[in-house]
Amino acid sequence: MTDEYKDEDIILSELPDNELVEQMHDDLYDGLADEIAEGTQILIDRGWSASRVLKEALVDGMAIIGVDFRDGVLFVPEVLMAANAMKAGMSILKPILSETGIEPVGKMVIGTVKGDIHDIGKNLVGMMMEGAGFEVIDIGINIDADTYIAAAQEHQANILGMSALLTTTMPYMKVVIDTMVERGVRDDYIVLVGGAPLNEEFGESVGADAYCRDAATAVDAAKALMAAAS
Amino acid sequence: MKKKILVIACGAIARELVRVSRLNEWQHIEFQCLPPELHNRPEQIPAAVRAKIKSQAGDFEKTFVAYADCGTGGELDKVLDEFGIERIAGAHCYEFYAGSNNFKALANDEPGSFYLTDFLVRHFDRLVIKGLAMDRLPQLIPVYFGNYQRLVYLAQTGSQELQGLAKQYAEFLQLEYCYKFFGDDPLSECLKPALENQA
Ligand code: B12
Repeated sequence: MTDEYKDEDIILSELPDNELVEQMHDDLYDGLADEIAEGTQILIDRGWSASRVLKEALVDGMAIIGVDFRDGVLFVPEVLMAANAMKAGMSILKPILSETGIEPVGKMVIGTVKGDIHDIGKNLVGMMMEGAGFEVIDIGINIDADTYIAAAQEHQANILGMSALLTTTMPYMKVVIDTMVERGVRDDYIVLVGGAPLNEEFGESVGADAYCRDAATAVDAAKALMAAAS
Repeated sequence: MKKKILVIACGAIARELVRVSRLNEWQHIEFQCLPPELHNRPEQIPAAVRAKIKSQAGDFEKTFVAYADCGTGGELDKVLDEFGIERIAGAHCYEFYAGSNNFKALANDEPGSFYLTDFLVRHFDRLVIKGLAMDRLPQLIPVYFGNYQRLVYLAQTGSQELQGLAKQYAEFLQLEYCYKFFGDDPLSECLKPALENQA
């Protein structure tokens, strides 16, 4: 195997665990997919469990990016490059995680509402929820009420997540929730909503269980609401 | 003699406003524009409009805001309600450049449409390509536009030069090109009720 050399000649495999994890946080921040894949493999080879690598090297690293995005330090392209790097690590971890047969923390069906095809935020939330141990079923974009409800039922989801980035499409969330109420299934699911133009007040007014301003908040809310429901 | 009206406007529609204003002979109106860059940072629009109202509106008989909701999710309306000021109806500039019904028909026809206006064609390189780093990171182009089928140019002037550019951008994004000429009328019609009906 050949060692990869970074700009500062850092050889990942020679770093002790704690420094390697820190370096991986930096590499995530810089969106370096190859380095993240390499670092992930090294930690696994050193006997780390896949869930520990996921949490400490990847999820904690993405959390830093989430904060800087919220504060306007990073913009959309940097977030996408980081997400792409995280995916490279996840693709190594996923098969190992599914082999170990750990039960998912819960199941989430997520999609962008009808009329809207913005999907970057939705994808990021899906990825971070997976990182937190949820099984995520991404049903895509431009999703109508019937499709949301059918998917939630088919997959026996605990959580239904809706994303909207347009002021013209956010009211559709209410249509979905009202349809759930009409069909008597509203209380079968925790409903989370998000997207840049939404806010707390809007989430309440459409009857969602929570509005989440970013992926980290979504993970926290999902865990808290699942715990409260059980 | 008409009273003077202040119009606080998005810098991205400045040219069009000046043209519409000349056409309608609105000599009683003063336009003051906010930076067009706010287009990609809508969360900053409400505060910028508020600051402008506070510093300028006192000098005019009436103030009007030439923004739509523009992705502020109702936050701009909260500011305007405080001062009792109206804005252009609708969600965003694509809607008022085409006229609401026309825009809705286009969006229904193909949800995967990306819209250009004269302004956006003129500044596509800076606002879209560089703004989203597609020049530095071309691997992001399919991440942004993978869900899109066509590029719809909602034209104001009919300029051949801009049409040529718009076609190039459709090719760059690998989208089908669709040209719709709407001229200045839809915008003009949006503004007339507020700017011409003087009490
Ligand atoms: C990137 C972008 C695009 C990309 C989309 C690429 C893609 N694949 O999604 C492109 C360039 C293609 C695009 C197209 C359009 N866009 Co756009 N876009 C944006 C931009 C700049 C960033 C959105 C984004 O991806 N952010 C990054 C992610 C990570 O953040 P996020 O989406 O907010 O998600 C986070 C949270 O909100 C939350 N969250 C999100 N979803 C969910 C869901 C759940 C369940 C939970 C819990 C949490 C959650 O967690 C996420 C992670 O932290 C915004 C402006 C802005 N600053 O928001 C405009 C913006 C949303 N777009 C806008 C517009 C108008 C359009 C177009 C109509 C423009 C056009 N010329 O045609 C088209 C859409 C056409 C159509 N047919 O729908 C407007 C909306 C205005 C309005 N009134 O609604 C905005 C606000 C820009 C503006 N001011 O004009 N856009």
